[in-house]
Amino acid sequence: MKKLLFYFCLTISALIFLYPFLWMISASLAPESEIGNLFALPSSFSLHSYLSMFNKIPIGRAFVNSMIVASSITFGVLLTGSIVGYALSRLQFKGRDLIFYIIIFTMTLPFQITLIPQYIIMVKFGWVDTYLALIAPYMINALSIIMFRQYFKTIPQDLIDAARIDGCGDFRIVFRILWPNSIPAIVTIGIITFMASWNEVLWPLIVIRDESLMTMPQLVTLFAVGGRAESQLGVKLAAAVMLALPIIIVYLFFQKYFIQSMTSTGIKD
Amino acid sequence: MKNRRVKNKLLPYIFVSPYILHFLLFVAFPVLFSIILTFHKWNIISPMEFTGLNNYVRLFKDTIFLKSISNTLIFLVIHIPLQIIVALFIAEILNQNIKFKGFYRSAFFLPVIVSGVVVTMLWQQLYGFDSGLLNRLLTSVGLPKIGWLIDPAMAMPSIAIMATWKNVGLYIILFLVGLQTVPRHYYEAAELEGANHWQKFFKITLPMINPTIFMVVILSTIGGFSLFIEPYIMTGGGPLNSTISAVLYIYKQGFFYYHMGYATTLGLFFAMLILLVVVTQKKFLEKGE
Repeated sequence: MKKLLFYFCLTISALIFLYPFLWMISASLAPESEIGNLFALPSSFSLHSYLSMFNKIPIGRAFVNSMIVASSITFGVLLTGSIVGYALSRLQFKGRDLIFYIIIFTMTLPFQITLIPQYIIMVKFGWVDTYLALIAPYMINALSIIMFRQYFKTIPQDLIDAARIDGCGDFRIVFRILWPNSIPAIVTIGIITFMASWNEVLWPLIVIRDESLMTMPQLVTLFAVGGRAESQLGVKLAAAVMLALPIIIVYLFFQKYFIQSMTSTGIKD
Repeated sequence: MKNRRVKNKLLPYIFVSPYILHFLLFVAFPVLFSIILTFHKWNIISPMEFTGLNNYVRLFKDTIFLKSISNTLIFLVIHIPLQIIVALFIAEILNQNIKFKGFYRSAFFLPVIVSGVVVTMLWQQLYGFDSGLLNRLLTSVGLPKIGWLIDPAMAMPSIAIMATWKNVGLYIILFLVGLQTVPRHYYEAAELEGANHWQKFFKITLPMINPTIFMVVILSTIGGFSLFIEPYIMTGGGPLNSTISAVLYIYKQGFFYYHMGYATTLGLFFAMLILLVVVTQKKFLEKGE
């Protein structure tokens, strides 16, 4: 009896979390006259909203931009994070602790303080309306350095010593010896970095004005608040589906890793 | 040999140089420059104009700035307790011997991974006054409609409810992990002593998951001060500035009016406020342990 109540509570809650997404997909596929219908599936499916959205905004281009930006950042963060993390965990040098404390300190620094000066740097470098503005400031991430440092510390020193005797240099040690033994850390950092950059919207709104360089969240946001959707709900929802779908598809395949990664770091976008 | 020694000494610095470069360019310089900027008036194009403490004086007289702080507080007062209660409630149930645990977990987690832009666009429809799902449900059971986003007293609470819906999945999992660390024999011992369900919850569960609650409070506070896209899309900060948030106001001053000096002053002030609030919470919560 008690169990039944539990399942009832869980199912109602699950419905509350899933229903808006199901409605979004079904409404984006409904004919314009049936979008107001909140409870039933539409009588027929139509791609009208999607076609109309493709005509209004360069969503395909925005998808490519988002892919370029999120992949470059993820790749960069993994590369720089592991190299710096390696130096901090395995190499002896003066100032190592100082650098470590600086990294910890920057993690507690609220972004509100650096937002405007960072924009001014972009203006002075002439990076406004370029990929560089979207990518460069995010190429290094304090959290990922700390995570690599912690993970590398758990790898036995014997492994590194053996590689050194075989004549491995430090770069080869990082990428040939440590990387294959750090898959969980790489997956975690990769997922949270890719997701955060895919969903980032404030920074693109600030540094990108040229529509052909806009990322997906930015383009969809401006479409939602601007007048171009001509208050056609279906068209807006179609754009929202296009923005949500890539991450949802990846999530369906790698749910376990998503949940593990995000709960281990406490990061949301 | 000597050459190799020098190389070995330099190598660690070469390895950390990407970070140093990034730190100088994107952290140290911006922080120093922002302090200088707070004493100036500047629109980027014309030369900087020294204005002394003007920006600071203006800050304390700025009713919209004060409004954005009180809005953030309203958000936090609703968001934090709601988030903890809902997450704990669902986590408690999931911690029982339940089938399809994986499915439920994935469902609750879905809004966490989806862009805030999508979530906001969806809830804008749910909150619609005439045709929104929530008001239709209310009228179908004979209750009056609520002006979710058009009533100034309701708009910020509405955003807080939406933010809870978006983030709570993460906290459900965190609480679930916390609950699983509580040793089962604690409960068994308490049962032998004749403790009821509530006593067990308040005397055993709650103290054990205190660190998780602490984390939820800190992350939600930082989240509240970082609110941007939700009011930007949903309300534009209205009605009557009732949803203007810290970041939205910085954005408006900086990129709408090009008041770089004043926007930076706002940013610096909010950053200090966040640190102050978080440190106070930390002191308070650690005392409670």
